[in-house]
Amino acid sequence: MSRFRVSVHIVPRKGLLDPQGKAVSDALHALGFADVEDTRIGRFIVLDVNADSAAAAELSVKAMCDKLLANPVTEDYQIASTVTA
Amino acid sequence: MKFGIVTFPGSNCDVDALHAVTDQLGQTAVSLWHRDHDIQGCDVLILPGGFSYGDALRAGAIARFSPIMQEVIAHAERGAPVIGICNGFQILCESHLLPGALMRNAEMKFICDWVHIRAEGNAPMYLGGYAPGQVLRIPVAHGEGRFAADESTLDALEQNQQVVFRYCDAAGAITDAANCNGAMRNIAGIVNAGRNVLGMMPHPERAVESLLGSTDGLPLFESLLARVGA
Repeated sequence: MSRFRVSVHIVPRKGLLDPQGKAVSDALHALGFADVEDTRIGRFIVLDVNADSAAAAELSVKAMCDKLLANPVTEDYQIASTVTA
Repeated sequence: MKFGIVTFPGSNCDVDALHAVTDQLGQTAVSLWHRDHDIQGCDVLILPGGFSYGDALRAGAIARFSPIMQEVIAHAERGAPVIGICNGFQILCESHLLPGALMRNAEMKFICDWVHIRAEGNAPMYLGGYAPGQVLRIPVAHGEGRFAADESTLDALEQNQQVVFRYCDAAGAITDAANCNGAMRNIAGIVNAGRNVLGMMPHPERAVESLLGSTDGLPLFESLLARVGA
C-alpha cells in the first residue's frame, strides 16, 4: 500500500449563478481584462490517501466526492492530479 | 404532542424553536443531541437554524452524517413530520430528504431582515392554518438561502404543489424585487412528495408572539397540532 496525493477541483455548475465569480469577472473587466468571458470560483481539495495504486486512490476520491465533497445538485468535480505523496 | 429539537454543534435557533412549541404552542419538547440515536418517542422533529459544524465544506453537508440523522431519515420515511428551518432546510437537502440545494445568496451578503412570503401549494399538515395565498411577515437570517434545482425538478415541485412558500411583496405579488436571496422561482419553502417533510429558509419559530414583531409563524405549528394531534 502506498500513499497518494489526490487533488480535486470542485466548481459551481455552469449555468447556475455564481455571484462570487460574477463579482470577480466584473472586477477584471474594470481592470481592463476584457478577454475574461466567465469566472467560476470553487474549491481545491488535496487529499492524502492510502491505496494500492493511483487508480484505486482516484476511485476512492471519486466516491468521496459523490458522497460528501461535492453537491451533485450544484457542483461539478474533476480530479486535477494524482501523485505519490 | 411531543417535539424533538435537534442540536448540532453550531445550531443557534434550537432554543427559539423550543420556546415556540412549548411556551407558545403549549406542547412538550425535548432537546436531542446530534450524537443521539434515540428520538425519545417524539412525534415531530425540528432541525433548527444555525451554522452546524461551522458550515464547513457546505452548509449542512457535515450535519447530514450525524448519528441522529439516521433517526431523522427513518422518522421521515415513516411519514412523520420533520421540519427543517434555515440551516435545517440546508441539512434536509443535503440528506436528500428534500430535492434541490441552497446556494450563496445572489447578492453575496448575509441577509437578516423581515420579508414577506406567500403560503401556497398542498401541504395541509403545515398550511392548514393559513388561507390559500395568505401573505406572512416573517424573519430571514441566512447567507446561503438561494434555492436551486434543475428545471425538471422545479417543474415537478410546482406540478405536485410541493412549493409551499414563495418570497413576495406585501401584497402577495411574486416579484424579483421581493426575492431577497435570488432563489429560483422565488422559492422559500418546499415539502417532500409525502408532504410530511418541510424545509424553509424563513424562521416561523421567530414569529410566534407579538413581542417578536409577528405571529404569522404560529399557524404553521398550530396546523401541525390540529393534524397530527395533541
